Amino acid sequence: MNPVQSQQDATRRDGSGAETDRPPLAVVGSQISQDEELFGRAFDPWVIKRFMAYLAPYKRQLLIGLGCVLAFTLTQLTLPLLVRATIDHALADGADDLSLLQIFVVAFLGVVVLNYAANHFMETLIGKTAQRLLFDLRRAMYAHLQVVSLSFMDRTEVGRLMSRLQGDVNALQEFLESSIFAIGDLVLLVGIVIVLLSLDPALGGLTLSVLPLLLLVRIIWLPLARKAFMRAREASSTTNAALAENVHGIRAIQELRREAVNFELFEEKARENLDAHLAASRYTNVMVPIVDTLTGSAMAIVILIGGSMVLDNTLDVGVMVAFLFYVQRFFDPIRSLTLQYSIMQRAMAAGQRIFEVMDVEVEVQDAPDAEDPAEIDGAIEFRDVTFGYERGNPILRNITFKVQPGETVALVGPTGSGKTSTTALVHRFYDVWEGEVLVGGRDVRAVTQDSLGRHIAMVLQEPFLFSATIEENIRYAKTGSTRAQVEDAATAVGAHDFIMRLENGYDTMLDQRGSNLSLGQRQLISFARALLADAKILVLDEATASIDSYTELEIQRALARLLKDRTAMVIAHRLATIRGADRIIVLEGGEIVEQGSHDALMASGGLYARLYRMNYASFDDIPADEVAKAIASGERET
Amino acid sequence: MAPAPDTAKRLDTQVDGAYSIDVSNVDATVLMRITAMAFRHRWRMSVAVLTTILGGLFQLMVPQYLGQAVDQAQGLLRDAAAGVSDQSAAESALLTSALLLLGAAILRGVFTMMHNYQGEAVGQLIGYRLRLDYYRQLQRLSLSWHDRVHTGDLMTRGILDIEGVRLWVDTGILRSVLLTVLIGGGAVVLFRNDPVLACVALSFVPIVGIRASIARLKLRDTWILMQDKMSELTNVMEENLGGIRVVRAFAAQAFELGRYDRISEEALTIASRRVRLFVLSTTQMTFVYFLAMGLTLWVGGAKVAAGEISLGQLTEALAFMLILQMPVRQIGWMINSIARASTCGGRLFNVIDLEPSIADKPGAGDLVLTEGVVRFENVDFSYPSWAKDDRTLAGIDLEARPGKMIGIVGPPGSGKTTIAQLLGRYYDVTGGRITVDGQDIRDVTLASLRDTVAIVQQEPFLFTASIDHNVAYGDPWAGRSSIERSAQTAQLHNYIKALPNDYETLVGERGVSLSGGQRQRLSIARAILPDAKLLVLDDSTAAIDAATERRIRESLKDYTKERGVIVIAHRLSSLMHADEIVFLEAGRIVERGDHDSLMAAGGRYAQLYELQARTGAEPKTGAEPKTGGAS
Repeated sequence: MNPVQSQQDATRRDGSGAETDRPPLAVVGSQISQDEELFGRAFDPWVIKRFMAYLAPYKRQLLIGLGCVLAFTLTQLTLPLLVRATIDHALADGADDLSLLQIFVVAFLGVVVLNYAANHFMETLIGKTAQRLLFDLRRAMYAHLQVVSLSFMDRTEVGRLMSRLQGDVNALQEFLESSIFAIGDLVLLVGIVIVLLSLDPALGGLTLSVLPLLLLVRIIWLPLARKAFMRAREASSTTNAALAENVHGIRAIQELRREAVNFELFEEKARENLDAHLAASRYTNVMVPIVDTLTGSAMAIVILIGGSMVLDNTLDVGVMVAFLFYVQRFFDPIRSLTLQYSIMQRAMAAGQRIFEVMDVEVEVQDAPDAEDPAEIDGAIEFRDVTFGYERGNPILRNITFKVQPGETVALVGPTGSGKTSTTALVHRFYDVWEGEVLVGGRDVRAVTQDSLGRHIAMVLQEPFLFSATIEENIRYAKTGSTRAQVEDAATAVGAHDFIMRLENGYDTMLDQRGSNLSLGQRQLISFARALLADAKILVLDEATASIDSYTELEIQRALARLLKDRTAMVIAHRLATIRGADRIIVLEGGEIVEQGSHDALMASGGLYARLYRMNYASFDDIPADEVAKAIASGERET
Repeated sequence: MAPAPDTAKRLDTQVDGAYSIDVSNVDATVLMRITAMAFRHRWRMSVAVLTTILGGLFQLMVPQYLGQAVDQAQGLLRDAAAGVSDQSAAESALLTSALLLLGAAILRGVFTMMHNYQGEAVGQLIGYRLRLDYYRQLQRLSLSWHDRVHTGDLMTRGILDIEGVRLWVDTGILRSVLLTVLIGGGAVVLFRNDPVLACVALSFVPIVGIRASIARLKLRDTWILMQDKMSELTNVMEENLGGIRVVRAFAAQAFELGRYDRISEEALTIASRRVRLFVLSTTQMTFVYFLAMGLTLWVGGAKVAAGEISLGQLTEALAFMLILQMPVRQIGWMINSIARASTCGGRLFNVIDLEPSIADKPGAGDLVLTEGVVRFENVDFSYPSWAKDDRTLAGIDLEARPGKMIGIVGPPGSGKTTIAQLLGRYYDVTGGRITVDGQDIRDVTLASLRDTVAIVQQEPFLFTASIDHNVAYGDPWAGRSSIERSAQTAQLHNYIKALPNDYETLVGERGVSLSGGQRQRLSIARAILPDAKLLVLDDSTAAIDAATERRIRESLKDYTKERGVIVIAHRLSSLMHADEIVFLEAGRIVERGDHDSLMAAGGRYAQLYELQARTGAEPKTGAEPKTGGAS
């Protein structure tokens, strides 16, 4: 949270009453603050080094591109010199030789053609290479995110990753493109200086005296301007965040009638955005007359001093003309070069963030000699497993149990007891700290992750569907399946009928996250997906939200179909599912406290029986204080 | 608000307003409209145009003084050779030229600064205006419209499209003025000096112009293509990262990367095509320009040699061309910006011009509350054809009054949620009417109606803000005590108190993540905080367990004494205590009565009750609440 904002909130809460018509508790989108560095150091060797690795495949293109930039710059430098030569040699008094003029003009045209070729190749090569590099970089980061450990994905928001994949990658592309042109600018600047000094050292020196002034002004101006630019950037991002809130939360906004209040608050943000951009614009434009005055002065020097020198016959008039041409080109490279500084700072900050992501360790990796068994028997075994997400804070402690092939085991326990972690270990989403997890008799670390994916089907609590057709979603686990197989799976879980009722049947495109289907329908599709995967082992996290009884009934039926002939580990919430399991394992505080069938557990009168008798729909919903009481009463009894 | 141009009002029920955007024909209209918006800032725009012209004119003077100085230097040289030299007169002439040049340069700088600043200011003001209009328009458009459009699309319009329109004031309007002044004014000066040389010097202008307009059309097409591809790529990445567990669970990384690569390759192809098109047009323009300069040197050189023009005049022509170098290069950007502005403007106005299908009648007054009786009188409803929703309601009669609770139950698709939608007037009835204290809800203001009816949705949206902001969302003036009271009623207070910053804890991405049940409880607290007369719980306790729900119901008793409550649910324990329960099927009420009478009747309600008992979805639904639960 932005400290300034929280301060403002605090003062508003105090009811200081300074702003009377403003509600004390109203913000729009402001709490999504920018807590990321926009600018880093201008030069970060580490980032550059990493970046270079991505440049390597394009070394040739970049070198050629650079060569073109130099050629382009040199041709630009040559043109005024040719004008000068024309004036002084072909048009000088007494030199009435038109053939000389023709030679110079042909030379001029030759340089123009060169300039065009260099320009064309430079822009094409650099533009395309930078684009390709941008795509490479994004692809590399995206591919890395496919394999990094889930614990990293768990603690990183999708939005944040997206801004790496988009904004930060773009910043590096901009950096690459502008750097190459910046080299051209630098060469142009140095070239102009050298040419002027060699044409006439005295006049050159005098004319160039405005250059340091220009640089000085620019150096004083830059830090001031940057502050204004950053304010503008910040204002943009908070305004856009407020807009995003208006888009995403429109239902709640209309229902709770916040339109007027929000509009007023948004107007303030938009106003600040306007002011900030106008301030930034003032900084940009104040440079214009300064630059024009300085270039004007340089030209005036050329006219006055150079003109006198021409009069004194110590300077050719063509040189004076060439000077006038060069002076007009002074400022362009200086402007680009000073802007380059900010671009570099931004790129370094972006690069830092990108390579940080790329460096996130891939904790779970296939062993070099990992097996890829074609068939397994479906047994699951935990041997003395201890596991957690942070050092020193184990979530599971010394867990040992075995699930026989074909058996259905329900995991039960209050929130935080370690059920989800247990199922995640079966699929080797994480590696255990101690002990081992065996699937089909093999340690999960001794087989490939691909094989685990093939032999274990998972159904998550929130059915996650992709924006694709229903068919593609069902076929997700087995992309090679035929339409008939997809339909069979859907029929088996009872989803076929409602799918056929949709306008385009199996070809119906699902909206974002399948929001055009009901929750129950989404669940049935995720069941069909798991069924089609046809794995020996099923890991299922039952949904907690209750659905209407009709769909519920279908889901129960589908579940029974799904569990048939499979080893299943179910995080169960429905009492029906729990009662239907072959065995119930009760977890509490990361340890197994009891296990057995429903009847046996009820008879033993332990934690399960006490929780069950509390009459909640799901054990997860039991308030913490009641769970504590149930556990405590168990401890008293023993 | 920017006025819609000419066409008849388009309602937000029209599909084309939401999905496809056909910009091929609206080009000129859109650009005219943006121009009109710019000229609404009369004072600033006049200054901008005037300073653009003045800046251009002073810039044109620079080559003239340069040429003059060259002639002075050379002419005096000849005089000197002829022995009629007057050194001091020559130097003072040079001094005059130098000072005039400096003056012109400074004035050019000052005017250009003003032109740039005012141009940007007008652009920013337009952006500001559009941003507000757009924001308000999103608030006004009906939920049915919002349901049909992609949020990402709306964000693109609100950010990139506004930017595209804004930039056009400077890069489009003012730059065209500047270019016209520079080329036009330069042409006058050059023609006065020597018509032939002028023609040669300006020969590049028509070629560049033609080239530019061809490139413009192509670039616009690729611009649209590129936008589409990039948003497709964004979707793929976002979904993959959001559903990473599913991806891993099915070991689908290879498949996912394949999907990504396919779109990424396509995008790269388009991006390369854009580069090629863009480079081709800009470099060719520069080439033609330099060629013309070479020709000028040739023709001009020959003329100088022949004594037809002075060296100064040639210098002037060349210096003038030099001035044009940047603007000519910028033509590439200009055409890009025109393409962008017409596309962006088209997309933006498309939304801004929509008329919400649900709006206040002209002269509608506020709802006058007397008893607080809400009535459905023989209500029929069917969704408009675009909604692709065949659920209907027929002949619905209902009466909700303070102190009374109505339960609505029925199979999925029977129209339960539609009833809630109609109550908040998110759709209008197609037959019959809904009244509040005798007033048809279509005759009163939406604001007063929605103040009266509070609806809690099944999947509530929480704002990325602290919990107290969220609870007080509907009544931001609320004090802490009433916020806490609402949270207590919704059985959330104890949980909040246990959080690190209790009521100031952030919820959402950067804060605590709430479970489905907690989110629903928070949205109940949010709904009961403002003083509404009718509370509608639209399946909004599904994720809350039965015991907690019972406690919420207990603590709501005081609140419901003076208010009507409509509970829509599929879990019978949520509504079996209602004074009246209606059973909906295919949009009709097939049974109504209280729990006991419906059970006795042995109809659909009784069957559903049996069904729920059997599936065991709910533990012992019939059990009466035990006293107080815990604590």
